[in-house]
Amino acid sequence: MKYQPVIGLEVHVQLKTSTKIFCGCSTQFGASPNSQTCPVCLGLPGALPVLNKKVVEFAIKAGLATHCTIAPRSVFARKNYFYPDLPKGYQISQYELPICEHGHLDIEVEGVGKRIGITRIHMEEDAGKLVHSDVPGLGSGSGVDLNRACTPLLEIVSEPDIRTADEAVAYLKKLHQIVVYLGICDGNMEEGSFRCDANVSVMPVGSDKFGTRTETKNVNSFRFVKQAIEYEIERQIEVNEEGGKIHQETRLFDPDSGTTRSMRGKEDAHDYRYFPDPDLVPLVISNDWIEDTRLALPELPEAKLARYQEELGLSLYDAEVLTASRQLAEYYEGILASGSQAKIAANWVMGEVTRGLNDNGLDIEQCPVSPEVLAELLALIDKGTISNKIAKTVFDEMWKSGKRPEEIVAEKGLVQVSDTGEIEKIIDEIMAANMGQVEEFRGGKEKVFGFFVGQVMRASKGKANPAVVNDLLLSKLKG
Amino acid sequence: MEIFELTVHELHEKLKKKELSSVEATEAMLGRIEATDGKVNAFITVCNEEALESAREADKRIAEGRMDILTGIPIALKDIFLTKGIRTTCASRMLGNFIPPYDATAWIKLKERGAVLLGKLNQDEFAMGSSCESSAFGTTRNPWNQECIPGGSSGGSAAAIAAQQAAATLGTDTGGSIRQPASHCGCVGLKPTYGRVSRYGVIAYASSLDQVGPMTRDVRDAAIMLGAVAGHDPLDSTSVERPVPDYLGSLLPDVKGLKIGLPKEYYIEGLDPDVKKAMELAIETYRGMGAEFIDISLPYTDYAVACYYLIATAEASSNLARYDGVRFGHRSGKAGSLIEMMSRSRDEGFGAEVKRRIMLGTYALSSGYYDAYYLKAQKVRTLIMQEFLKAFEKVDVILTPVAPTPAFKIGEKTSDPLQMYLSDIFTIPVNLAGTCGLSVPAGMSSDGLPIGLQLIGRPFGEEAIIRAGYAFEQATEWHKKKATI
Repeated sequence: MKYQPVIGLEVHVQLKTSTKIFCGCSTQFGASPNSQTCPVCLGLPGALPVLNKKVVEFAIKAGLATHCTIAPRSVFARKNYFYPDLPKGYQISQYELPICEHGHLDIEVEGVGKRIGITRIHMEEDAGKLVHSDVPGLGSGSGVDLNRACTPLLEIVSEPDIRTADEAVAYLKKLHQIVVYLGICDGNMEEGSFRCDANVSVMPVGSDKFGTRTETKNVNSFRFVKQAIEYEIERQIEVNEEGGKIHQETRLFDPDSGTTRSMRGKEDAHDYRYFPDPDLVPLVISNDWIEDTRLALPELPEAKLARYQEELGLSLYDAEVLTASRQLAEYYEGILASGSQAKIAANWVMGEVTRGLNDNGLDIEQCPVSPEVLAELLALIDKGTISNKIAKTVFDEMWKSGKRPEEIVAEKGLVQVSDTGEIEKIIDEIMAANMGQVEEFRGGKEKVFGFFVGQVMRASKGKANPAVVNDLLLSKLKG
Repeated sequence: MEIFELTVHELHEKLKKKELSSVEATEAMLGRIEATDGKVNAFITVCNEEALESAREADKRIAEGRMDILTGIPIALKDIFLTKGIRTTCASRMLGNFIPPYDATAWIKLKERGAVLLGKLNQDEFAMGSSCESSAFGTTRNPWNQECIPGGSSGGSAAAIAAQQAAATLGTDTGGSIRQPASHCGCVGLKPTYGRVSRYGVIAYASSLDQVGPMTRDVRDAAIMLGAVAGHDPLDSTSVERPVPDYLGSLLPDVKGLKIGLPKEYYIEGLDPDVKKAMELAIETYRGMGAEFIDISLPYTDYAVACYYLIATAEASSNLARYDGVRFGHRSGKAGSLIEMMSRSRDEGFGAEVKRRIMLGTYALSSGYYDAYYLKAQKVRTLIMQEFLKAFEKVDVILTPVAPTPAFKIGEKTSDPLQMYLSDIFTIPVNLAGTCGLSVPAGMSSDGLPIGLQLIGRPFGEEAIIRAGYAFEQATEWHKKKATI
């Protein structure tokens, strides 16, 4: 029998606010355990949550960028369960009335477009974490670090519209790109800033009744998502083929073996006893707030891609490369803002800049040559001050020394010679020293023209303006 | 008159005129606590040294002319208010050794005005009870008759006033926990509108119902204390941004033309005859002063107790989840595994009534029961709110008994939780409606136990009930009666 997989994804996006969702503690990653805590995020008796407005703003941004409806009134709810990393014994989340609903993302896999529905986006707080070894002073015990407790998360839940692991990865990459573009998430998957749970089921092809699904938890790279989903599809098909039954359960992905294993079954599923949190008043969002946020949204990758092709005349490939990350696109647009030509700037970013970054293992934000300074270099080429070839030498020097291009050109005497008198003098000398070839040219052997160009350029140490050299040489050789 | 018998405003006058120092007043109170608390057990913790230190500070402040109405006044707090560096137990074994690292906002407000903290007062465990019998630190006894309960949950806060151990106290009221003990102990108790006073740093029982309020010797003191603690707190999202009126301006002994509602559901068969008599006398007193009475009906009153015990316990089951032995509070020494540590710590740390309410609330929120219990209770609550608002279209205040009976005997109702729950039948609707209520001494039973009347105001209508309560007090002598210990 042929099977059709059905996949839905739940993505947790850690928001890049400087303080936590319900208190003023810092969200900085990597501080010493429990150093970023207060009565609220420690869940001390009597402490009360106060909503961080920035989190709401970020949630609205995410909702607008994924075509969701923003709820004018949403409600925080308590999700009750006991765990040592959950200080209050409940997580403040949203349940019946989330902030965003009914959105979608358009993806493309091997040239085929598809729309994936987004059921809802809601805000919630993260839990702390348990440290099981190497805890100073605890010996063999476990420690609780609550620095992460109460950091803001968005949970973005897709419709079960995804059918293959590749679609799942395309959806995740798109979502990742959007939240990073929006500047609401640092996108760091290794540190857990963007993590995914995958709901997978299979049904016979042609059926419209979904099979029993499993939920695979915390898959924290695109590659692992693909592996986990593919493994799970294969496993479920196998169970079905052998006449077995898929159990509704939570599974855990093991990156070492690329497999999933059962974590807890349906019978052990929690009854979270959700109810509206009486410590927080319902969140009311005005239309003005939504519209102001919409106006302040950055240009999103989809729109940028279209604009780069239509307005800047770039190829699809160039536009895709340049819009892959907001930082790269901003770098590129920084060069354009300083007056450079779109295509030339694109070639430089995708050529010299990218090569420099790769060779040195740097991100675009760490590029030692700022877009404004690179634009100065491109302007020198445009004006004819230096040739494209010399410019590459200058660029290397800029990268190493941090000096401005004019400075390097002046210091090293790299200014292109366009002075006809000076070039004529060189041509005369070379013609005088190579009378044989002059005769050959005049005798109709035009191939020797290249020889003269090479000689002149060498004599000028590459600084002679090639166009001027061509013109003068031609008229002199023709006599 | 002894120093410990003075009201807040009388003490203030003496401090201002330098007839008395805060140290003298504080010493008098500490002496009184020492002499009487063996019998009353109003205090869980007495802060002798800290109190004298603050009194010296206050005297300095008075000498420098930086005096506030509460500067140098010895007060005490229900042990539900977090006090930095001072043990805060909520009358539970769970928090038997808990020293908070921060202060409740209400306490900060009193402290900034120079009030002197004498100590922390007994209560029902986690404010769950109507008699102070569920305290892990022993029952508080009614100063009027030590065989009787003082009421609850703020029993210690009421008993300390009646036993003249503090000039004023703060309590909390979730279903009557300020007004009912005030009535049983013959003092004034004010439950403000929900959102009027910050709950930050007050250990939560039922978050949508809990409210902080004063317990005092007279209505003027209640107005002073409310004015001091009321107001928006950026740390409590449910506290309301609304200016705090000058409650002292409402102290006018004039109720001419005041429309007082009498809800028939509160004057029922089975009301204790002494309570009934006190209410009849009160009505007569008001009528004599020119108030107008209007019969009203609040038909959802019958559902209030059931509604309350679903909402309050549901919230409590979640609020008390943080006591798991992991970060603070009692941790069982007998546990092998994590789950065992958590469940044993809770088993050993919580008393029977707290466990009963956690189980009730957990059940009410459980999948499959939520709609039938919690959600339905919320709908009933909305109806109760609406019927109060409707009543206030016709009347200015509502007059009812505080409790159906005077204080009952210790042990009388401990074996019958339902009977115990019904003792809050007249106070619970006010919490569900989120509005304000005032308990004022209005009579004595044939057994010599105090009886209070309740004035209910519209939301943020504290001024109206303070005025009506003050007028009654001016016309009667009940608030001047003193328990003898």
